[in-house]
Amino acid sequence: MGNLSMFLQHLTNGISLGSLYALIAIGYTMVYGILRLINFAHGDIFMLGVYLTYFGILYTSIPWWLVFVIAPAITGIIGLFLEKVCYKPLRDSPRITILISAIGASFLLQNLGIVLFGGRPRAFPVPRVLNHVVKVRGVSINVITFIIPVVTILLLVGLTYFITKTKTGMAMRALSRDYETASLMGIDINKIISITFFMGSLLAAVGGIMWGARYPQLMPLMGMMPGLKSFIAAVVGGIGNIAGAVAGGFILGLGEIMLVALLPRLTGYRDAFAFVVLIIILLVKPSGLMGQRETEKV
Amino acid sequence: MRLAMLRIENLTMKFGGVVACSRFNAEVKKGQIVGLIGPNGAGKTTVFNVVTGVYRPSEGQIFFEPREGERHQLVGLSPDRIAKLGVCRTFQNIRLFGQLSVLDNVFIGNHLRLKSNVFSTVFRLPHYTTEEKEIYEKSMYLLEKIGLQDMKDEKAYSLPYGMQRRLEMARALATDPQLLLLDEPAAGMNPQETQELIQFIQEIKDEFNLTIFLIEHHMEVIMEISERIYVLDHGVLIAEGSPSEVQRNEKVIEAYLGVG
Amino acid sequence: MRKNGRSDRAALLALACVVVGLILANRYLDDYKIRIINLSGIYVTLGLSMNLINGFTGMFSLGHAGFMAIGAYTVGILTMPVQMKEMNFFLQPIVPFLANVEWGFLPALLAAGLVAAVLGIIIGAPVLRLTDDYLAIATLGFAEIIRVVFTNTQSLTNGALGLKGIPNYTNTWWSWGVAFVTIWFVSFLIRGSYGKAFMAIREDEVAARAMGINLFKHKVMSFAFGSFFAGVAGGLLASLLGTIDPNMFRITLTFNILLIVVLGGLGRITGTVISAVIVTVMMEALRFLDESINLGFVEIKGVPGMRMVIFSIILILMVIVGREGFLKRLKGRETSYAEN
Ligand SMILES: Nc1ncnc2c1ncn2[C@@H]1O[C@H](COP(=O)(O)OP(=O)(O)O)[C@@H](O)[C@H]1O
Ligand SMILES: [Mg+2]
Repeated sequence: MGNLSMFLQHLTNGISLGSLYALIAIGYTMVYGILRLINFAHGDIFMLGVYLTYFGILYTSIPWWLVFVIAPAITGIIGLFLEKVCYKPLRDSPRITILISAIGASFLLQNLGIVLFGGRPRAFPVPRVLNHVVKVRGVSINVITFIIPVVTILLLVGLTYFITKTKTGMAMRALSRDYETASLMGIDINKIISITFFMGSLLAAVGGIMWGARYPQLMPLMGMMPGLKSFIAAVVGGIGNIAGAVAGGFILGLGEIMLVALLPRLTGYRDAFAFVVLIIILLVKPSGLMGQRETEKV
Repeated sequence: MRLAMLRIENLTMKFGGVVACSRFNAEVKKGQIVGLIGPNGAGKTTVFNVVTGVYRPSEGQIFFEPREGERHQLVGLSPDRIAKLGVCRTFQNIRLFGQLSVLDNVFIGNHLRLKSNVFSTVFRLPHYTTEEKEIYEKSMYLLEKIGLQDMKDEKAYSLPYGMQRRLEMARALATDPQLLLLDEPAAGMNPQETQELIQFIQEIKDEFNLTIFLIEHHMEVIMEISERIYVLDHGVLIAEGSPSEVQRNEKVIEAYLGVG
Repeated sequence: MRKNGRSDRAALLALACVVVGLILANRYLDDYKIRIINLSGIYVTLGLSMNLINGFTGMFSLGHAGFMAIGAYTVGILTMPVQMKEMNFFLQPIVPFLANVEWGFLPALLAAGLVAAVLGIIIGAPVLRLTDDYLAIATLGFAEIIRVVFTNTQSLTNGALGLKGIPNYTNTWWSWGVAFVTIWFVSFLIRGSYGKAFMAIREDEVAARAMGINLFKHKVMSFAFGSFFAGVAGGLLASLLGTIDPNMFRITLTFNILLIVVLGGLGRITGTVISAVIVTVMMEALRFLDESINLGFVEIKGVPGMRMVIFSIILILMVIVGREGFLKRLKGRETSYAEN
């Protein structure tokens, strides 16, 4: 295998990992845009999505492609309830209180995961159509590596349409631009927030399914690292900005894969990479690549 | 000629597309009380925010000259540096340290003049305890001045509105300012309280040797105590002069009547 | 004057009770219970140090596990006998300048605090300008980076293998002695001008700056003190357990401390002390939920993870129902003014 094909292999790997980060990052960025809240539990919602799919495929007679639709929908509903229980009562409380609740929610989901699903890793049942290797010019690539970016792009197109063309989507944007004015204009805030959580969680679950297909090992704590990294992706891109979240996701995904590929000695530091990027971006351009700087009104 | 303690030159402040204040010039002389008026949203608070370093202006310069020959450019300095130089303020939408006691609020106003370092405060070395005693006495004196000595242990947020405003002034006085910026101190006060406030401002000005820059909505306050008035409308200076001059100025009448 | 005198007397009384309690405990209790007493003392220190940063200064930092790791490794490496080090570092020898050191416990603990504080300043300084949720993620990230680095620096920390055979210096006197020093330090700090400035920052940053408080300087200070005590507590823990590895210092550890702080009340000293003890005891008392107990005639099956489920629910309920800290009524005086 030549250098070029090696590079192409890393590139596709990076793009598919980046797509997954992007999908999860969108949920963070949408919620942050509206509530100015880091939904710490988002990564664990992602984990729930993977497990739901796992059980749906192995323990029901529903065909796998239908499970791939139902499981994200259920995950979306769980996300919506999470907001109602853990965040809504605290909407007017100091920020630190909501953050604590968010961390509590994250731990609750992780440990509920351990209680319900057991701490032992499980193998994700990848449908055979998604799991075979094709050779393209000497580069062997698993089809799922192709499917991931394609699905991501389709979802992004759909999301963009929703945000820019539908009434709910526009209300969402209004709310994230100016919460107070929007609430005065008669937008049903609770409804919009619920929809936001539903959609963010749904996208995370879709990301989760593809994650499971790509890295088929399930663990209750599996959501933490991808969750944190995707959040960082959202910050890198400019939090509150969906295109930014996608860009950030790709930067992190590609960066991580390339770092390991080009500097194998640093493999052990792979998980630290995203945090280093985070700290650099916060120092250099805290509003992220595409975000706008806000000045607090005094 | 009296010393121009504060000089604002060509000040422009933009927030994205909004120009809150444009090519504004003003001067506050030592020992004066100067008023800044204008309809809501005219950019008055923005001027204060820029002078105290909360925002960095898009353009313009601000000079602060507490003493002859000691001139500071305030643009680019951080708010705490500016406060240390002797410029302190109150806020239009009161910003007390709500969960802390009334006395602590004033106590904290003294912190910038503290000489002891953090270790002598933790180990309570003699020179710190002496200093703390002085601060305590000064704070109590200021509380008596505003009539809040009996409420010293109440939490600041639990005070009624009018008292909170007075507490904010006491807290600002605790920083030993040369120049005091008051942002709508009479907001929400009835006529009698307003009269008391006017007296109070005169009093502290004389006692602490202050120069005062004042934003006010109540015309009677501003007309009664300021020597000089600047009028802003939509971020632009439309008039300046003595109270009577400004009162007769047509643009001013129009700006006020036009907006209502 | 009077009020403070009274609370100082109460503190002395509490100190006397604890001393008597410790004497009795050491005489009559078994090793397991003594261990819980030790852990309680260590968690008091941890809870207060986190409360100083998060509760009093209002910065939302989640880096505690990282600072504990720094402290734990510092004490481990400095106190471990030379031969023990050779046995530990069999994959790769330890860096030469540490190979032959063998310090006493007190200097090692101080070093643990100092190293944690210095690293706290170095890595904290750039991110302390961030607002709460960014700070949370950045500090969490730092803690993770520290863990990752410790896993990879084979010749300094022995990597993933961890350190075994750290001398067990920690006893109840050390753990509670340090706890009392921390209580004393934090209460005196908070009573004085600097502590009040910290609280002013928590209450309103804009107003605090307008009153001449240098945000950066005070935040760094608070962060450094907090990481100092976290480092010392990490050192105590290392010496108590005798064995450490990077995976001990995951975010779960920070979560436990956060639980203590929230339960005791943000910005409350007495509440934190009490809740540290309660949480530590509960962690142990509820262990049966996670592990199977064999009662001889019947085996009760535990469900791993159940304990943390309960703690997470408590945490969420605390913030939603309690809002300001459950134990706040026990004593609401720390934040009020202390007259000389
Ligand atoms: N931080 C900010 N971000 C965006 N716009 C601002 C900010 N601060 C003030 N403005 C805008 O600047 C204009 C002037 O505001 P302000 O100075 O508060 O007026 P005034 O005090 O005269 O009522 C207003 O249109 C206001 O919305
Ligand atoms: Mg104003």
